[in-house]
Amino acid sequence: MTVSAFLTDSTLCIGCKACEVACKEWNGVSSDGYDWSGFSYDNTLALGARTWRHVKFVEGIPEAGKGGNDPGGSPWNFSSDVCKHCEVAGCLEACPTGALVRTEFESVFLQPDICNGCAYCVVSCPFGVLERDEDDGRAFKCTFCYDRQKAGLTPACAKVCPTESIQFGELDDLRDRAQHRVAELQERGVADAMLWDPRSSSVEGTHAIFIVRGDPKMYNLPANPQVPTQCLRAGWSSAAIAAGFMLAGTLMAFLGAGGKRL
Amino acid sequence: MSELHRLQPEATPELDREQRLVLIQRDAMQFVPSDVSGLPVASAQKGYYELPMLKKPSWSWEIPLYFFIGGAAGSAGMIGAVAHVTGASTKLVRDARKIALAGAVLSPALLISDLGRPSRFLAMLRVFKPQSPMSVGVYVLMAFSAGATAANLGEWGEKHSSYSRLATLMQNLGDIVALMFGLPLVTYTGVLIGATVIPAWSRNVALLPAHFAASGMAACVGLLELMGHESPALQALGTGAALVETGMGASIELNPDPAMEPLKHGTSGWLIRLGGALSGPVPLVLRAFSYFAKGRRASRLRKYAAVSSVVGSAITRVAWLHAGTVSARTSRPA
Repeated sequence: MTVSAFLTDSTLCIGCKACEVACKEWNGVSSDGYDWSGFSYDNTLALGARTWRHVKFVEGIPEAGKGGNDPGGSPWNFSSDVCKHCEVAGCLEACPTGALVRTEFESVFLQPDICNGCAYCVVSCPFGVLERDEDDGRAFKCTFCYDRQKAGLTPACAKVCPTESIQFGELDDLRDRAQHRVAELQERGVADAMLWDPRSSSVEGTHAIFIVRGDPKMYNLPANPQVPTQCLRAGWSSAAIAAGFMLAGTLMAFLGAGGKRL
Repeated sequence: MSELHRLQPEATPELDREQRLVLIQRDAMQFVPSDVSGLPVASAQKGYYELPMLKKPSWSWEIPLYFFIGGAAGSAGMIGAVAHVTGASTKLVRDARKIALAGAVLSPALLISDLGRPSRFLAMLRVFKPQSPMSVGVYVLMAFSAGATAANLGEWGEKHSSYSRLATLMQNLGDIVALMFGLPLVTYTGVLIGATVIPAWSRNVALLPAHFAASGMAACVGLLELMGHESPALQALGTGAALVETGMGASIELNPDPAMEPLKHGTSGWLIRLGGALSGPVPLVLRAFSYFAKGRRASRLRKYAAVSSVVGSAITRVAWLHAGTVSARTSRPA
């Protein structure tokens, strides 16, 4: 089985947004509006039902004399965000219809012909990727270009990327490549380059990994994403104990009041 | 050639050209911020331009209302069955079953109407996923609805049909099912929102099912009391639920976890407090007074306690849903 993955290298991204455009065109995703955000060149703001690739313009506090690509300076980085296709995916576990499935490429795929728009996946994604489209009623997210992968093609975003900032391939290959790239960057003086790959968290790794500069939190990438299924034991235990008390209490109350027939 | 000359400004011919540059610089300086700390930036503390990391729940008003109705109905199914077995008054049994039936009809309607694609409700039933509280909840609700309907039908058939033995069997089986699935119907909604990524919910995953259980019981007892029942069993249950709700309110208030912020501040915080007060201390005090009061005064105090509990239970569910929205909106990467 192929384990497909994306490696997105923010040190190569030029912020052209070709990935956003290609994704929308290939997948027929409708417009997400024309709002000006005031946050650098990012007017898309977040992934959502109608945004499956999103270029972040991560702007720090400027320092005089240090430009955007200065190895020691405050960076102005661009990074194309996407569904992480988690190893243990909160959305996939939560989906009550089975619309969300794991494909033969190990990606997480939402079958739109089954989704009934219950929106439970929306609150189960630790990265805020899934969203219910209020016009359509169903939830939507990145398909990892399942149709293209089926035909042996590269996902649309990776195909159009002019700088190979978005790389597509086998997860293990990309992990090797990412480690070499980070080492190379650090050798060149980009000391804050690092790989975001949350393998030790409860999502047990993702199929979209990112090379970033500085703290990944600046990119809204959590260091320790948590899959909600780990809360189930505590929740159901509490539910069982509470149910036990309810029943016992009711029995005692009615037996205690027995015979009074009120 | 002559046209180009005409396009040039004629306002500053007398100024020294170097002096003009100084003026331009002075104008430009107005736009240099003296303090850059207020500019939108991405930082490790506040994340990406302080934009939320998580999506807010997209459920609308149907869901908190369903939590409330499902909670009251589930408790009623259980109370009706227990009251029947322990030989309480037939009217109490009948009224409890009626509340259960009303909930059994309204709950699926509310759930379906909140779906983005209501016509595809049946997609819920094509799989059973024990790891999804939503999936478990759907089956619990289906079973409960069947039980509550059977109990009511059996009760009716016992009187009005010639198959009274069959009707009794149906009524008893319905009671058993309503009890078995009524208990999880009250509590699963706590697991449903607790087992999510929303910080204010997931930090309380162990508290929520018990909290919702007490809230559902209080609402059901309150409704029965408002229907005119004055059984001491209901008084005891109402007092117990109010006691638990008081404890829940205190534990929320005293928890220093930063994820609890939406439960303590702003609109959602005040809704939690209002719901908590109306479910906990207020009915507790009213019921305590009614123990010592006599006759009509005692039953009036119990009615007040009942109204307070029912309203408090409904507000509590609205408050928790709202707190989840605030919690998502303020979520930062951790």
